[in-house]
Amino acid sequence: MSTVKLTVNGKAVSVDVEDRTLLVQLLRDHLNLTGTHVGCDTSQCGACTVHIDGKAVKSCTVLAGQADGSSITTIEGLAKGDELHPMQAAFRDNHGLQCGFCTPGMIMSAVDIVKRHGGQLDEATVRHELEGNICRCTGYHNIVKSVLDAAGRMKVAQAAE
Amino acid sequence: MYETNYHRASSVDEAAALFAKGKEAKYLAGGHTLIPVMKQRLAGPSDVIDLARIKELVGIEVAGDTVTVKAATPHYDVAASDAVRKAIPALSSLASQIGDPAVRHRGTIGGSLANNDPAADYPAAAMALGATIKTNKRSIAADDFFKGLFSTALQDGEIITAVSFPVPAKAGYAKFPHPASRFALTGVFVAKAKSGDVRVAVTGASQSGVMRSAAIEAALKANWAASAVDGVSVSSSGLLSDIHGSSDYRANLIKVMAQRAVTAAG
Ligand SMILES: Cc1cc2nc3c(=O)[nH]c(=O)nc-3n(C[C@H](O)[C@H](O)[C@H](O)COP(=O)(O)OP(=O)(O)OC[C@H]3O[C@@H](n4cnc5c(N)ncnc54)[C@H](O)[C@@H]3O)c2cc1C
Ligand code: FES
Ligand code: FES
Repeated sequence: MSTVKLTVNGKAVSVDVEDRTLLVQLLRDHLNLTGTHVGCDTSQCGACTVHIDGKAVKSCTVLAGQADGSSITTIEGLAKGDELHPMQAAFRDNHGLQCGFCTPGMIMSAVDIVKRHGGQLDEATVRHELEGNICRCTGYHNIVKSVLDAAGRMKVAQAAE
Repeated sequence: MYETNYHRASSVDEAAALFAKGKEAKYLAGGHTLIPVMKQRLAGPSDVIDLARIKELVGIEVAGDTVTVKAATPHYDVAASDAVRKAIPALSSLASQIGDPAVRHRGTIGGSLANNDPAADYPAAAMALGATIKTNKRSIAADDFFKGLFSTALQDGEIITAVSFPVPAKAGYAKFPHPASRFALTGVFVAKAKSGDVRVAVTGASQSGVMRSAAIEAALKANWAASAVDGVSVSSSGLLSDIHGSSDYRANLIKVMAQRAVTAAG
C-alpha cells in the first residue's frame, strides 16, 4: 500500500491504494468519478482518457503511483458550475454522441488537441489525432464536426480572456 | 495485475540500487508496454522502478552533428522538438507516427528500444542512422544492440540513459501502420550518412525483429532514387506471416515503404 497525493479537478486528494492500482481505478473506485470510462482496458480505445498535468493520457495504462504529485483533470472537471465547457457544448449542439460511452474520453482528447493546435485545426488533423479514441456509434463524422466547432469557440473564448 | 511494489527513483544510481534490491524488479518508463503486459499477467515483477521522473534521463540535445535523446523522453517531446525537426526531420516524423497522442505523451524512446518489439518504430531509426545506445555502464552501437524479438544486448539491471543519432545527409521513414494499433505492419527507414554510406532498416516485417536490407542499401548507394528500388528483389524468407499479412505481402511492402521513404527524404 502507498499513499498517493493528487490534485483532482482542482481539489487536493490523498488516497491509500495498493501499488498495482491503476489511475482509472483510483478515480472511479476511490473517488467515485465514474465519468472516466473503461472500454477496452487494453490501451486502445481512449474511453479512459484524462489529463495529467495538462496532457491527455489513457488512465487505464498509468499506475496511480506514477501520477503521485500530479494534477489530474477528468470530464467532471471541465464545466464551470452549470456552464458546459465549449467542447461539451459543441458535442451537444452537433450531435457528437449517441450512446455516450466514448464521449468523456473523446472530449478529454479533443480538448488536448485544440490546446496543442490552437485555432490551426483542420479535419485531417482532428481525424489523425483522434486515432486513439474509438467510437462504436457515431461513425466519427459528428465528433469531428464538434471538435472543429469547439476549436472555433475556444479560440473566441481565449481571445476574450 | 499481480501485486507489485512501486518505487520512484530520483537518479540513475538510485534506480540501479533499487533494481538490485528487488527480487524480480523491472524498470518502468512510460509504462505503455509494461503495464498492458502486467495487466495480462504476462509479467509479474515484484518491484517496478519508475525512471520517468529522473531529471538526468529527460531531454533532447542537438550539438554539432549529433542529436541526443535522453532515455525517458516521451515520443511527443521528440515529435514536437523544433531542434530535432531541423536536424533529422525523419526522426521527428517517425516519433509523430507512434501510436496516438496519448501514447506519445507517455511512451519513451528508452522503453521502446529496451523492449525491441519487432513492430516498433524507433529501432528502425536507431539501426538506419547508426545510433549509439548509451547505458549506465557503456555505449552500444545499434548494430550490436538488437538481438532478435524482444531481446537486446542489455544486461540484467542495465539502464539506457540516452540515444545518440548522427545527423545524416538525408533520411526518410515510411510505415504502413496496422490500422488499429498503429504499430508498423512494415516500416522502412532509409538514411544516407554524411560519409555517403547508405543504411536501410526494416521494422515490422522480419521474424527476428529490426533488420537491415543489404539489397536495397546497394541499390540506393548506386542511385539514391525511389526508382532504384524497382529492380530489387526482396526475399520473403524469414519474414512474418500472420492474419495481418503474408510474408510475400510484407516483402512487397518493404519495397514500397523503402520507395516512399526515399521520396520523403528527398
Ligand atoms: C495503443 C498503443 C499503440 C502503440 N503504438 C506504437 C507504434 O505505433 N509504434 C511503436 O513503436 N510503439 C507503439 N507503442 C508502444 C509505445 O511506444 C511504448 O511506449 C514503448 O514501446 C515502450 O516505451 P515505454 O516508455 O512505455 O516503456 P515501458 O512500458 O515503461 O517499458 C518497456 C520495457 O523497457 C524497459 N525499460 C524502459 N525504460 C528503460 C531504460 N531506460 N533502460 C532499460 N530498460 C528500460 C522496461 O523495464 C520494460 O521491460 C504503442 C503502445 C500502445 C499502448
Ligand atoms: S480503457 Fe483505457 S484505452 Fe480503453
Ligand atoms: S457514442 Fe457510443 S461509443 Fe461513441
